[in-house]
Amino acid sequence: MSLIVAENISKDYQVVAIKVTKDYGAGENIVRALRGVSFEIEPASFVSFVGPSGSGKTTLLNLIGCLDKPTEGNLSVVGMDVLKLNRHESAQFRGDNLGFIFQDFNLIPVLTVYENIEYPLIIVKNTPAGERRKRVMAVLEAVGMLDQKDKYPDQISGGQKQRVAVARALVSDPKLVLADEPTANLDSKTAYTIIDLMKKMRNERKTTFIFSTHDQKIVGEAEIIYSLADGELVDKQVKGGKQNG
Amino acid sequence: MGNLFKIAVRNLFRYKRRTILTTSLIAIGVIFVLGYISISGSFKNMMIGQITDSMMGHLQVHRKGYVASIENLPLNLNLKPQAVKKLEGILSQQPEVEAYSPRIKFGGMFSTFVETTNVRLNGVYPDKEFKTVPLLASRITEGQKALNRGEILLPELLARGMKAKIGDMVVIVATNQDGSVNGKQFKVSGILESATGPGGRDGYVHIEDAMEVLRMSAMEISEVAIRLKDFSKGEAFTQKLDGLLSGEVNKEGKPALEVHSWQQLSPFYNIARMIDMMTIFIQLMLIAVVLISIMNVMIMAVYERIREIGTIAAIGTLPTKILSMFIMEGLCLGVIGVVIGNVIGLAIIFILNVSGWVTFDFGRQKGLVLSPTLDPMNMLVISAIVIFVSVVASLQPALKASRMEPIKALRHV
Repeated sequence: MSLIVAENISKDYQVVAIKVTKDYGAGENIVRALRGVSFEIEPASFVSFVGPSGSGKTTLLNLIGCLDKPTEGNLSVVGMDVLKLNRHESAQFRGDNLGFIFQDFNLIPVLTVYENIEYPLIIVKNTPAGERRKRVMAVLEAVGMLDQKDKYPDQISGGQKQRVAVARALVSDPKLVLADEPTANLDSKTAYTIIDLMKKMRNERKTTFIFSTHDQKIVGEAEIIYSLADGELVDKQVKGGKQNG
Repeated sequence: MGNLFKIAVRNLFRYKRRTILTTSLIAIGVIFVLGYISISGSFKNMMIGQITDSMMGHLQVHRKGYVASIENLPLNLNLKPQAVKKLEGILSQQPEVEAYSPRIKFGGMFSTFVETTNVRLNGVYPDKEFKTVPLLASRITEGQKALNRGEILLPELLARGMKAKIGDMVVIVATNQDGSVNGKQFKVSGILESATGPGGRDGYVHIEDAMEVLRMSAMEISEVAIRLKDFSKGEAFTQKLDGLLSGEVNKEGKPALEVHSWQQLSPFYNIARMIDMMTIFIQLMLIAVVLISIMNVMIMAVYERIREIGTIAAIGTLPTKILSMFIMEGLCLGVIGVVIGNVIGLAIIFILNVSGWVTFDFGRQKGLVLSPTLDPMNMLVISAIVIFVSVVASLQPALKASRMEPIKALRHV
């Protein structure tokens, strides 16, 4: 039974989850990754999901990111009931509303830093060239990668790659950025830099950031912390106080 | 589109060795096919030209049943003067016809006063015959390149066997259709090189001499050979002429005349068809090479980039775009291979033309120099086939990529 119960679904929330369950496998081999999870996330929040490995963090982020669908329950992301989206609509929805930052950076190796950031604007959003350049340059400057823009991913450091990934996630002005363990492959100093960068972007752009981590030091940087254990939400902390639903 | 192309090209250069090997394979296939088509096509066209321009003409008109009995040279199946007049009237009005030549074909005894043997002869109007089969003059290896009354053009083998020389007097004895025998003296004015095909070892006399030997009071023609302005329209004109002559009926009410294209008259047509068939098989081999090589490369490309596919799918790339990206890669491989293959293929064909290295023998004709030529349409068709097959070969891997679940793809190690 979840500790936190969403009262209502409203478009004022970026994410509303009501009794969301996710099962993998079938028959006797069924594995319940999430067990009736409910929560809401307000716009421009800086939210973290924490928990040990296997607690359901990644599964939850995948559901919010419309990469997967809940087995049961309701899930609204940016006002959209994601259960109603088909494969094509999910892709379109992700392109229009969401940004992703991956643990392994997942930059496209054949494209330069500039082109990697430009990619969603070309392939996903069909943004005109002039507008594209303006937005890429702005976001490159914001993440401090302007001088590295012509390098390929294998020519820059891990921290720089994640900066590029942050820039790529933000360039299309998404309402929500999802980051699954964004600092797991970085040293602690660089990890803080990336979290600071994400927070700075949230402050400047009012974009909602949701990230998962198991690093307790990094968790402290979030403003709202949801704790997961065995597929259930067991705790919610809001910076400056503790709230148990 | 431009960006898809850019990404596709960069992805191809990501695996340089594999790309080079695949495009080389395609290019070699294209070179081989272009070379084969140009050489075999040129050989075929040269031979067809030799046959039609040396003796046969592009098509022929006979009285019905004549061709079936042509080995006997039946004089009783010749066209009657009225039919000949009508036929000439029709032919002279056809814009497609460049020239035509009426012939009296007959067999007889050839005597040098020392030895006697058989001979097959064509009685022709020299001016009409030389226009209808323009290579006839070049077949005259000795003597004058003309034919006057009282003269005979002797086939080379006959002349050699009978030891007949230019200027010698010989006698032709023939039986006419009533069974009476007649003879006439001729002066050997030229020696004719043999040509492969029916009628390639026949001699020539003036048509009026033929009438005299055969004691014809009015001209009865065995066949009319026709030369067209455009050889490629032979089949269409054969049908047209067939239609125009269908009104000519015999006593049984059946068509009195038959029109035969060179394909129907020459056994070489079957060789030409076999060359075409082999060209198709060679093209099929090229298709197989392109299909297998590109499919292999694209399957590898998809397998190696599963996480990348997951990433681009996760950030919102539509499945159709992912499909296009991989098809574009296959297309680029095909296009690069085609361009390289065409350039090298054309260079090789040019070198073969300049050098004159390709020679061959055809029948008794020795050392014919082949000048390989390539119809631009053939090149376009080959290129289009390769590019189309490249796209088809990329389709399955591209579909696989586009249908990948992003979440599974992202988890792939």
